[in-house]
Amino acid sequence: MKRAAFGHIGFPILLLIPQIAIIGIFFYWPAGYAVHSSFFLQDPFGFTSTYVGMDNYTRLATSSNYLDAAKFTLIFTILVTFFALAIALLLAVKADKVIRGAKSYRTLLMWVYAIAPPVAGLMGVMLFDQSRGNITQLLGMMGIEYRLGVNYWDTASAMISVSIWKQIPVNFIFFLSGLQAIPRSVREAAMIDNRSGTARFWDITFPLLAPTGFFLLIINITYSLFDTFGIVDTIVKSEPGNNPMTLVYRVFVDGFRGGDLGGSSAQSVVLMVLVLVLTIVQFRFLERRIHYT
Amino acid sequence: MADITETGVQTATATNTATNTATAAAPTRPKKRIKWETVGDHAVLIAGALLMLVPVYMILASSTHEDILIHREGLQFFFGDDGLENYNAALFEYGGFTNSVNGVTMLVNSMILGFGFAIGKIVVGMMAAYAIVYFRLRFATFAFWMIFTTLLLPLEVRILPSYEVIQQMNLANTYTGLILPLIASATATFFFRQFFRSIPEELVEAARIDGAGPVKFFIDILVPLSRTMIAAMFIIMFVFGWNQYLWPTLITTDESLFTLVRGIRQIMQAYADGSSTPEYGEAAALAIIAMTPPVLIVIFFQNWFVKGLTESDK
Amino acid sequence: MAQVTLNAVRKIYPNGVEALEPCSFTINDGELAVLVGPSGCGKSTLLRMVAGLEEISEGDLSIGDRIVNDVDPADRNIAMVFQNYALYPHMSVAQNMGYGLKNRGMSKAEIRAKVREASDMLNLTEFLDRRPSQLSGGQRQRVAMGRAIVREPDLFLFDEPLSNLDAKLRNQMRIEIRALQRRLATTAMYVTHDQIEAMTMADRIIVLNDGKIEQIGTPNEIYEHPASTFVASFMGAPPMNLLQGIAGGGKVTLGSDQDVLHTGTEGNDGPVQAGIRPEDVWPDPQGDLAFDVDIIEELGALRLLHGRVAGQDFSVAVPKDKEATTGLMQLSVKPGAVHLFDADTGRRL
Repeated sequence: MKRAAFGHIGFPILLLIPQIAIIGIFFYWPAGYAVHSSFFLQDPFGFTSTYVGMDNYTRLATSSNYLDAAKFTLIFTILVTFFALAIALLLAVKADKVIRGAKSYRTLLMWVYAIAPPVAGLMGVMLFDQSRGNITQLLGMMGIEYRLGVNYWDTASAMISVSIWKQIPVNFIFFLSGLQAIPRSVREAAMIDNRSGTARFWDITFPLLAPTGFFLLIINITYSLFDTFGIVDTIVKSEPGNNPMTLVYRVFVDGFRGGDLGGSSAQSVVLMVLVLVLTIVQFRFLERRIHYT
Repeated sequence: MADITETGVQTATATNTATNTATAAAPTRPKKRIKWETVGDHAVLIAGALLMLVPVYMILASSTHEDILIHREGLQFFFGDDGLENYNAALFEYGGFTNSVNGVTMLVNSMILGFGFAIGKIVVGMMAAYAIVYFRLRFATFAFWMIFTTLLLPLEVRILPSYEVIQQMNLANTYTGLILPLIASATATFFFRQFFRSIPEELVEAARIDGAGPVKFFIDILVPLSRTMIAAMFIIMFVFGWNQYLWPTLITTDESLFTLVRGIRQIMQAYADGSSTPEYGEAAALAIIAMTPPVLIVIFFQNWFVKGLTESDK
Repeated sequence: MAQVTLNAVRKIYPNGVEALEPCSFTINDGELAVLVGPSGCGKSTLLRMVAGLEEISEGDLSIGDRIVNDVDPADRNIAMVFQNYALYPHMSVAQNMGYGLKNRGMSKAEIRAKVREASDMLNLTEFLDRRPSQLSGGQRQRVAMGRAIVREPDLFLFDEPLSNLDAKLRNQMRIEIRALQRRLATTAMYVTHDQIEAMTMADRIIVLNDGKIEQIGTPNEIYEHPASTFVASFMGAPPMNLLQGIAGGGKVTLGSDQDVLHTGTEGNDGPVQAGIRPEDVWPDPQGDLAFDVDIIEELGALRLLHGRVAGQDFSVAVPKDKEATTGLMQLSVKPGAVHLFDADTGRRL
């Protein structure tokens, strides 16, 4: 709030009404609804529902399908986050260093941001296709048999590769702007203090990039958890079968295919708690950063 | 003019001589080498650029080939002759179960979703941010937390209950039902809040002394000042809206409301059926059509876009 | 044109902090009053309360013959110049100056005439179509002035308007602002932390410290008769020397019996702080004050000698043509130049 804030009462409330109404109806109501239905069991036709307490949750905890999805999501998130960040950081450091063509490189490395995840997934399907995919053929020449949609980890690796590919641009943009925000004088001081470029990177640049990195870490985790839905869905061709699945995809499959409102809601609640924890971590961190600067 | 230039050249030469003399006088001085490090930097960047570019290029090239060729050999590296046909089919041939949707309909729907989402989000977000930053409200903190809790809980998490709510409100298969739930997160509000807070306090004070009330200040000062920010937000939100997949998939079963990205799913299902040779060429063309508008916007307005994206981090 | 009267005006923040103790004073019609003090002393808060940007917790504020406590800033008929100028970055110079008039519903022709008049006065006419970002610091400062002038206010408020300018421009603008204010004969309140600005510009100075008024007076009164050790050391450069001692029998004994200051006035016996301005003493072999010089600071026209008297820090200003060396020397004190302050409260005795 500004120190010379306006003293009116009615007008700001009027300004807030649309936002509050929209999040009330389309955020808090569904969220509350999810929490509520996670304690009920519905019959397949949706006519009756009975209170079952924590049953939906205990069912999740013992469901091998769900636990498999959780395990896969963990591995998926770690791999996507790590590689998307590492590759983007490497490219950003190089793009920050070169003088000639810096602007063109930036354009070339960021435009993929605009491609929708399912479109990226479609490209993945075509490249990794079991019989005619170009990458499959390339691997075949190297003596590797690759079977998308049949072999669990083959499908997983396609999902992971496409997800990494799609996320590199965002990370690149943030790392590059983080690098460019490092004051010139600091770099020059480092140049005088240390001869080795590699040492300078790890001693000076990397720690100064840490805030950006942390922010991106959270962003990438949420990306891996949620925004990859389109990629996963296209790669399994909407027919999950025994293919790897992320937790969000599981919510979708159980809720819309399986008609299990209670179970799906319980999964939603679990994800909400997970994201809330991430949010709190991020807010804590943001607050500290504001005080820091 | 010529004289001046010549003098300039002479001076330059003189300086060069001076440098040369200095070099000669200096005991050791390493010769200028090819900077292998710079070459390496460029190599890494070129590899990265190719990694981004090649898959899309292959889709683009393949969108000009016959289905049967792609079916046999996979994606193509060179352009073919069937581009016109494929794009014509992707844009104008009616498809789907009800034969009520073609590429143009989907393009229009994508535009409506992109614009509706971006404009709705910016208008709602700016208003709320203005109320939070510039007014002394007793429940401001409460409103703040209520709004910002939504920040990191994406629609995907509460997808089923949201669907149920929309069903109960009879908003399935409407643009309202498609757009409003997507607006229900505070990213734009948060972004504008951060920006408004960075505007010097004195500006609102000067405006108050100049006799501007809250409405005048908003319209005369704040909105014009936010132009760049609005543009940046618009690009990000447009791309975000355009690229929505899960929500449109659930909420639009009426094919005349399909967006391009939603249309991709139809292609994949045909793909999965495997009954006939899938229309690869048309699919590739549709993918290109679906990515072109957002890609062009991001490339042409990249300065605004980058600014908008990275500002939200502060 | 109006006079400004504060009657026990006080500021308490919602968290209970008292930013300003009750203040009462009157600024006469056409007078330029400077509020001076260190940062955080409450001078800006006071100015902002007069502007109506900050609520008045207690007391009455009147501009002219009207109590304006609850009057909106726009209706107080004031104009304010901000430290960072607060120009609207998306408006041209002319639009910036005319915005307030436009909001009053003045006709376009009238606005143009007034803006023209003000810009002529400030040599801004050729910049009227430019944006603030295309102007230099000094020009922006002038636009801010112009915005204030066109309103033809009853009262000008200046909030450290020169602190973003470089030293040379600051001196020039100081004179310009002063001349302009005289010419328009508009009452003005001017906030600064720079004592030179205060001394040179003010008709009257209000010295604030820690949320309360230390002294109100003309620049001469403030300099000659500082009301407290705070005023004594804050106003005047180099600052006044303050020495601890015991007063008695028309003199102050500092440390040992040898170091004695003659005050020429009786009374006030007991522990005191004695103040002497560096320019009120001079090196004199016959002088009776022993001074041990450590450092000589060259200021151009002046030379400052820093050292100790009776083991306490002391400075002396000497003209540049006088020789000076480090080491021991004797000083003479200008008669009647010793100011006595209470040892505990610091108030003038």
